[in-house]
Amino acid sequence: MSPVLDAVFWVLAVISVAAGIAVFRVDSMARATYALAVSFVAVGAILLLLNLEYIGVITILMMVMEMAVMAIFMIMFMGMNPALMPMSMVHNKVGSLVLALGVFVVLAGGALLVDWPARRGEPAGDLTRSLGEAVMGSKMLVMLTVSPLLFATLVAALVLATPRGRYDRFGDDLRAATPRGPGEQGDQA
Amino acid sequence: MAEGIIQVGPLGTVTATVLLGIVAVLAAAFDGAVGARLQGRRTLSGAAAPVWEGARLLRQRRRTIVAADSLLWRIGVVGLLVVALLKVAVVPLGAWTVADLSVGVVWFNAMDVMVWALVWLVGWGANSAHALIGGYRFLAQALSYELPLMFALTGPAIAAGSLRVGDVVAAQDELWFVVWMPVAFLVFCAGVVAFSVWGPFGAAAGKDIAGGVLAELSGVDRLLLLAGRYALLSAGAGFAVALFLGGGSGPFAPSWVWTLVKTLAVLAALVGVRRLLPVVRPDRLAEVAWIVVLPAVLLQLLLVSFVVVQ
Repeated sequence: MSPVLDAVFWVLAVISVAAGIAVFRVDSMARATYALAVSFVAVGAILLLLNLEYIGVITILMMVMEMAVMAIFMIMFMGMNPALMPMSMVHNKVGSLVLALGVFVVLAGGALLVDWPARRGEPAGDLTRSLGEAVMGSKMLVMLTVSPLLFATLVAALVLATPRGRYDRFGDDLRAATPRGPGEQGDQA
Repeated sequence: MAEGIIQVGPLGTVTATVLLGIVAVLAAAFDGAVGARLQGRRTLSGAAAPVWEGARLLRQRRRTIVAADSLLWRIGVVGLLVVALLKVAVVPLGAWTVADLSVGVVWFNAMDVMVWALVWLVGWGANSAHALIGGYRFLAQALSYELPLMFALTGPAIAAGSLRVGDVVAAQDELWFVVWMPVAFLVFCAGVVAFSVWGPFGAAAGKDIAGGVLAELSGVDRLLLLAGRYALLSAGAGFAVALFLGGGSGPFAPSWVWTLVKTLAVLAALVGVRRLLPVVRPDRLAEVAWIVVLPAVLLQLLLVSFVVVQ
């Protein structure tokens, strides 16, 4: 890698770790969430440095989307809404610190100490295309198993969370000419 | 690198920034002119109104609010302009582009997801109920427009067999994609209006909640957010031209002229839609988006895939 790319890598690496630490140091739910988003975006940018354009950009896309939605859920589901007030982001400080440091040492040590094998073969010319072919070809079974599960989870969560579905508004046979408003007769919500 | 697409140097980035600024100001002037005409005032005074409003906001003192999360608020306010600029980076102007990314289409998509975070941050940072409701409204609306928008972006990419914007433009040599992907084109345009918090999809900044995300913004912050909305509309219009309207192709004039002309035409339509349609409630939008629009885009994709495979 050229010195410039080296410098970019180190800046991104420091940002991702610093933002990760910030998640636990700030005192607001919103700041913690978006510190995590910054950390993920930096990791996505590091993937771009590895010439993994599609994975890098899609990581940024997914993580920002996830964090935007997660901020809402965290604030929504906190009891008595302390999320709107300054609050500590850590519980069980000693235990979680030991756990976090242990995992970090194991992973970082492993990455540094493992005897990495030399590269065999060449990367594909168009990495995005070969990724698509892998997902749609040899890994299709995994995708076919995972996606209905995810989809079912989504639908179930929506059904549980929706106070008024279309059957509440248009009647059991969906034939009502005008939808019933909230709180009108026959409405369960 | 795609055939016929030239990646320009640092000076090109400056040019792109200036051009985006000019196009965004033209959009604001057009909106002002239409508004003035509808109210029976002189068209010219309406067209100049955004300039005076900008000057007024530049001089206005910033309102300070107790316990506002200034850091997140400012990030959200500045972010919209930055994101619009990052989008324009992959939009070719004739044969020139700032960044000829191999995944340009996905890049555009990632940048419009950034808007989710930014608009919510603008709502959150103000520490004001109306602004926060505006932020929530935007995310509720985003859940409706984002998936149709993603699939609309997929259509041209499938037809071109590439995620590179230059390849998508080149693939329209014979026939513009808008001709056989009208649904994807319309959905994309609606998506642009939606992520710009504009017109029918402007509930997040609605008058019924005292301006929503705009409620507490004053001075230069307000100016940046308003400019960011026009910049997002402009970037979206430019991308629509590259994806569906053949980019810079056209007779007689050089390709960069055609790119600009088409962009301004699309932009005028997007800006004008505000005067034609009422604001849609995000919760109502959800039903239409998921039950009508999403299947329609998927059918469009099926058609595109069928044609490509044939």
